[in-house]
Amino acid sequence: MRKQLANWGNYPALDCEESSFSQEEQLTQYVNTHDRIIARGNGRCYGDASLGEHSISTLRYDKVLHFDVETGDFECQAGMTLDQVLEIVVPKGWFLPVTPGTKFITVGGAVASDVHGKNHHSEGSFSNHILHMEVLTGTGMMTCSRSSNTDLYWATCGGMGLTGIITSVRFRLKKIETAYIRQKQIKAENLDEILRLFDEYTHYTYSMAWIDCLQKGKSFGRSILIVGEHAAKEELNAKQGREPLVLPPKMKLTVPFNLPSFVLNNFTVKAFNALYYGKNYKKVMESVVPYEPFFYPLDAIHHWNRGYGKDGFVQYQFVLPIDKKEGLAAILRAISDKGWGSFLAVLKVFGKQDDLISFPMEGYTLALDFPVRKGLFAFLDELDALVLQYGGRLYLTKDARMQQEVFWKSYPNAERFAGIVKTFNPDGKFRSVQSDRLLLTQ
Amino acid sequence: MAVAIARKYATEKYAVQLAARKPEQLYALQQDLQIRAGVPVTTHAFDALDFASHPAFYRQLEVKPDIVICVFGYLGDQQAAQSDWNEAARILHTNYTGAVSILNVVAEDMAARQSGAIIGISSVAGDRGRMSNYLYGSAKAGFTAYLSGLRNRLFHTGVHVMSVQPGFVNTRMTENLTLPPLLTAQPEEVAKDIFKGAAARRNVIYTKWFWRYIMFIIRNIPEFIFKKLKL
Repeated sequence: MRKQLANWGNYPALDCEESSFSQEEQLTQYVNTHDRIIARGNGRCYGDASLGEHSISTLRYDKVLHFDVETGDFECQAGMTLDQVLEIVVPKGWFLPVTPGTKFITVGGAVASDVHGKNHHSEGSFSNHILHMEVLTGTGMMTCSRSSNTDLYWATCGGMGLTGIITSVRFRLKKIETAYIRQKQIKAENLDEILRLFDEYTHYTYSMAWIDCLQKGKSFGRSILIVGEHAAKEELNAKQGREPLVLPPKMKLTVPFNLPSFVLNNFTVKAFNALYYGKNYKKVMESVVPYEPFFYPLDAIHHWNRGYGKDGFVQYQFVLPIDKKEGLAAILRAISDKGWGSFLAVLKVFGKQDDLISFPMEGYTLALDFPVRKGLFAFLDELDALVLQYGGRLYLTKDARMQQEVFWKSYPNAERFAGIVKTFNPDGKFRSVQSDRLLLTQ
Repeated sequence: MAVAIARKYATEKYAVQLAARKPEQLYALQQDLQIRAGVPVTTHAFDALDFASHPAFYRQLEVKPDIVICVFGYLGDQQAAQSDWNEAARILHTNYTGAVSILNVVAEDMAARQSGAIIGISSVAGDRGRMSNYLYGSAKAGFTAYLSGLRNRLFHTGVHVMSVQPGFVNTRMTENLTLPPLLTAQPEEVAKDIFKGAAARRNVIYTKWFWRYIMFIIRNIPEFIFKKLKL
């Protein structure tokens, strides 16, 4: 049935036909009788990557198939959300090897976006932990891994669903002693200091920074670095230590409807940033916290995306090579001069990665939100030009508007990727609004 | 919905027997329940429309269930079924005859054992026939009446029967309908309501709860007005 679909940014909202399946047989039959198909998980990519003529939801294909509590090998169908994975594995002393800032994404989506987390510099992206997976390609069901059907494997990791429908994934979990994180928050007065702090704390498994994009002058780039390690049993307090693998009960908040867009104006964003940065903060704060607020601070507020109003927002995330510090400053300056603000700006230093089409590369990545408004896309095109100039690229999972040349110029293996997609998706059966826009499937 | 109910009972540490037309399609769910809950899970072939096979199906179950939950259903295509008897028969037989056929067998066994519980998933569509789905609705109306009678009979043997009247639920069956989000339940919510209702030995539950009141109003619209509505 046709209905209006939008992903997390609520932009764009397009008429799509969405169906689902709970059995492989139903999926095969669907794929054999439809064209212009794109897989869609929990709709947490921000833009149009999982929108298309026929979006096929994987959410009912969500069974766990294998879990070895000795080795941490875990296999599930692609529609299972990370939230569900955590619910199953944490009580047994295991954790996701890599997790993005929300647990409400599917495992299939994690692979198709090759998601990264706070531990990218130390443990790589999600694909780094995959043992093997199954993909229903345009030429049939195939298993692939780093050692078999490698072209398919690499074009599927970060390949935005263009090689076909990922149906199941086996990956290796990470051993934990407790469900808690020992975290440290360090204040940085400006951009130079935060980048220095990233270096200084690089031995921590997890690190990221909140950066205040509205500051100018000597506070330009004012940030808070947050680093963490999985806490050992002896680091918990008595109450936490009673059931170290169980999280304390928590409150659930939700934004029940779209807020008028003026709610998130320059003033409120500044107020939020000031509160967060807080003058009375100590320079360094240490605490032991449950994993949820550490990894998923925004998941605590359901539908926070509605805070941006009904016109939606785009999240802009780019990465610049590690030797292009001046580029980061230039782009941040352009953003702060424009003052179009961002409720959330996250800065992180990626470790080395050089895969076929995955987003991460060694360098600086910044993610920020822009409510959709008149003139925004022209401004983002200007930012794109800066990103290109400094040899960077944009994250396809967040993208809703990039011009196709930007993609082809910034992803060095784009041609090779497109060639492999052609092999497994010869008739362009699998395609999204995004892949058509970027001329990946024409 | 069946998946959510099975998961709910498994996580409450019930052993689960799964039955479906193609038992090989239950393999993934079996793994899922075992891994999540560590309870024994078995799979069985069962075809709601093959009435003759029902006694044998039940007989061959090595362990007779304490609770039987009848979740199968078929919404069908009302438009097509108005002129195509095969479609109409499939709707009636899946939702009514098939359910009666298997629950008769179960009821006999539980009555003899003087213990057990039967949970039938009917539908608010059975509370009043409407032009958009009265074939499905009439089969569910029959099923609701059947459950009510069965409850009356088995009460005297100590066997409990609960009727479940779901409103809109987000399942594969309804994915081609436009459902109002505020009135629509997730299967997990329905499963939770069923588990709680059964534990409290409720007779009839509506899920979400407000459907009891919505249906009260709908049942009480005078017929001379109701027939003019396009529902």
